[in-house]
Amino acid sequence: MKLKLHIWRQKNTRAKGKMVTYEVDGIEEDMSFLEMLDVLNEKLILNDEEPVAFDHDCREGICGACSLTVNGIPHGPEKETTICQLHMRKFKDGDEIYIEPFRARAFPVLRDLVTDRTAFDRIMQAGGFVSANTGGVPDANAIPISKKDADKAMDNAACIGCGACVAACKNASAMLFVAAKVSQYAYLPQGQTERKRRVLNMVAQMDREGFGNCTNYYECEAVCPKGISVSSIALMNRDYLRASLTEKEEA
Amino acid sequence: MTLDAKIPSGPLAEKWDRHRFEMKLINPANKRKYSVIVVGTGLAGAAAAATMAELGYNVTALCYNDSARRAHSIAAQGGINAAKNYQNDGDSIWRLFYDTIKGGDYRSREGNVYRLAQVSNNIIDQCVAQGVPFAREYGGYLDNRSFGGAQVSRTFYARGQTGQQLLLGAYSALMRQVGLGKVDLYTRHEMMDVVLVDGHARGIVARDMVTGKVVSFAADAVILATGGYSNVYFLSTNAIACNVTAAYRAYKKGAAFANPAFVQIHPTCIPVSGDHQSKLTLMSESLRNDGRIWVPKNKGETRGPNDIPEEDRDYYLERKYPSFGNLSPRDISSRSAKEVCDEGRGVGPTGYGVYLDFRDAIDRLGKHTIEARYGNLFQMYERITGEDPYTLPMRIYPALHYTMGGLWVDYNLMSNIPGLHVLGEANFSDHGANRLGASALMQGLADGYFVIPYTIGHYLATAKQEKVTTDHAEFKKAEEDVRGRLGKLLDLNGSRTVVSIHRELGHIMWEYAGMARNGAGLKKALELIPQLREEFWSNAKVVGDGENVNHSLERAGRVADFLEFAELLCHDALNRNESCGGHFREEYQTEEGEALRNDDDYAYVAAWEYTGVGSEPILHKEQLEFENVKLQTRSYK
Repeated sequence: MKLKLHIWRQKNTRAKGKMVTYEVDGIEEDMSFLEMLDVLNEKLILNDEEPVAFDHDCREGICGACSLTVNGIPHGPEKETTICQLHMRKFKDGDEIYIEPFRARAFPVLRDLVTDRTAFDRIMQAGGFVSANTGGVPDANAIPISKKDADKAMDNAACIGCGACVAACKNASAMLFVAAKVSQYAYLPQGQTERKRRVLNMVAQMDREGFGNCTNYYECEAVCPKGISVSSIALMNRDYLRASLTEKEEA
Repeated sequence: MTLDAKIPSGPLAEKWDRHRFEMKLINPANKRKYSVIVVGTGLAGAAAAATMAELGYNVTALCYNDSARRAHSIAAQGGINAAKNYQNDGDSIWRLFYDTIKGGDYRSREGNVYRLAQVSNNIIDQCVAQGVPFAREYGGYLDNRSFGGAQVSRTFYARGQTGQQLLLGAYSALMRQVGLGKVDLYTRHEMMDVVLVDGHARGIVARDMVTGKVVSFAADAVILATGGYSNVYFLSTNAIACNVTAAYRAYKKGAAFANPAFVQIHPTCIPVSGDHQSKLTLMSESLRNDGRIWVPKNKGETRGPNDIPEEDRDYYLERKYPSFGNLSPRDISSRSAKEVCDEGRGVGPTGYGVYLDFRDAIDRLGKHTIEARYGNLFQMYERITGEDPYTLPMRIYPALHYTMGGLWVDYNLMSNIPGLHVLGEANFSDHGANRLGASALMQGLADGYFVIPYTIGHYLATAKQEKVTTDHAEFKKAEEDVRGRLGKLLDLNGSRTVVSIHRELGHIMWEYAGMARNGAGLKKALELIPQLREEFWSNAKVVGDGENVNHSLERAGRVADFLEFAELLCHDALNRNESCGGHFREEYQTEEGEALRNDDDYAYVAAWEYTGVGSEPILHKEQLEFENVKLQTRSYK
């Protein structure tokens, strides 16, 4: 098939970006969306043009690197699917496709479709862990955990940290990302000791990074490639309220 | 070059304890006077960086991804082994040790493998303490599944994304140390060279992949945890950016490269669909617990899979290996798939595929159970192929997946360059000629959490080095070399893309150094690779500049190293005149077509010394001593 692509090009963070139109031909339905971009890039290189830069690595939907907004939707039209797992059989000959980076103030563009998502790492540094030094921990079966709780923890732990939730939100809120981590630990006995300071510290860092607040549009859940539920945000809000009444944030 | 494995003396079960006692310690207050560089933040690197920081060392960690959480450990699906014996089915440290030595076809060290089995139990405890949500039974205790090459259930798992959960555990521990200021983390930084001062590894040179700046880092020791080299075959299950550069640069600086020909071809991947293919996707080996592998009995079968009656199906693994059946080890399963396809009985549009069929399991357990066990894998398969595996059998074919070879290390995980340590898939140490399923995660975390934090202390306490800074002449020289090399790559202005040359290299490697090799083919590859390298340096094209994000330049640097490394792999395969594990030389097989090992002449680690581009490397042998297991022909029948 033949496609018309409109792609955001931007040399670096300081440069001004714009949409540029390209045509690609010979796209097969078994190709992934990123392999379609590979075809374009090979053509650009041979024409002495710089290839379109985009983050990608595992191409199996698990590393969370790929981060394209396709026709206005982070990760494109397919539900619970990262863009690397979207295949061209979902498109047809003659389609026009608009490809942009994940847009948010907290995710500055580094080049073309590549953004800086280190804000997520800094939120994790603020509290996304159980403080268990290596060694000196009890036997793994010493603490039984109900299957239900373990499953709920796993549902939330499935987050790949891609940032689609932020890109989809009109407030550029990172609530779903933060709530998924807070909830994973909230469902597990291992997470209880630091439960209150974790939620306070992570939310404080989230605010410092310039992410917006949640106004319940649920766009985040709609685009999440791992299907993480907004009910985790409700849990986080409850935990945050409770913690803020009884604990002080540790800066 | 002298290779001393430094295996501690004494009975096998006491070696590690004894060694831990004999190693020198650094007192807690003095640890902060030492600094260590860790390259790579996968399971091994993140675990090592976090644990050493917890102990008090100053750690600098680097990765080429935008976040430490994206290392390719994250893609491991099936699970992690440990000798917990929670299932009461006869497992023990000894059995895990024995299965691993046997699975590796007796080409690994007893001492290392026993230690791996010992610390496997600590890993599970540690991960649970970190909040890794392993699968549990209704009683609240941990669940296990079985994996290839074992007759016990010792594999712990978190749905089909165990690697992700383990990596996020290690990443969280790392993030905590970054937050505490004990680890300086540099993302989007790619290591370009290792720097030696007076023969000791004292730092690295890296390229900032956003600004293009070439920057140096100095320390008291360097750790490489930079993964494997499957991408020398172009198509593999590795992530696109996985590369051999860090390990290969160390090799060029004098580190021995061990057993590069030992690569693993995973039996259950989604088959290649066309020339556009950029990578291959694994379907977890855990699927073989319930899926049955078969091909049509007859060549030229035209019926669809569901129309082929039982009597016309050949469940070849169950037929040839009745006691392990569909759970036979990876090398044997892969080679069997190749055999039936070479006979013309392969399925799918290319004829290079076999069926992995869940019909019987769905009849027996119900669709719901299968969905609960493998739902995400079935969904992934459906997305990629457009076929529904609940109603049509999956089509699978072997693909490059893991590399057992790597930089040579001693029992302390130190290479023959003092101070240069190598962890995880990047070293060669524990899997011999074939790795068992669910053992890569085990080894990465064992090295990172429970081995290097001890052995690095001994090195630092005994090396007694002067402090160096990046102003040292050796750093300046290395930086100049790196800049020169990057400039040379940027000057390439021919008519072929780097990717097209990489793809061609992959064809050569798959054809002549893939699942089955022979002397003539390997010699042919050794002629073709230098020609292709020449083509690269005379006719490749790299665009853009060195001051911005430039994926074209990054790829070119990695492919340039693969084009040299590929020769090393072929030399090793040609030297090893036997078949063992993943290394199958067609000249050396039994009448039944099974691998024919030669323990008299080849029970050694082949460690290669660099002598120059295109020049034959020098072979050094580390003889393998087996005091506790008897070398036998592997049988899974």
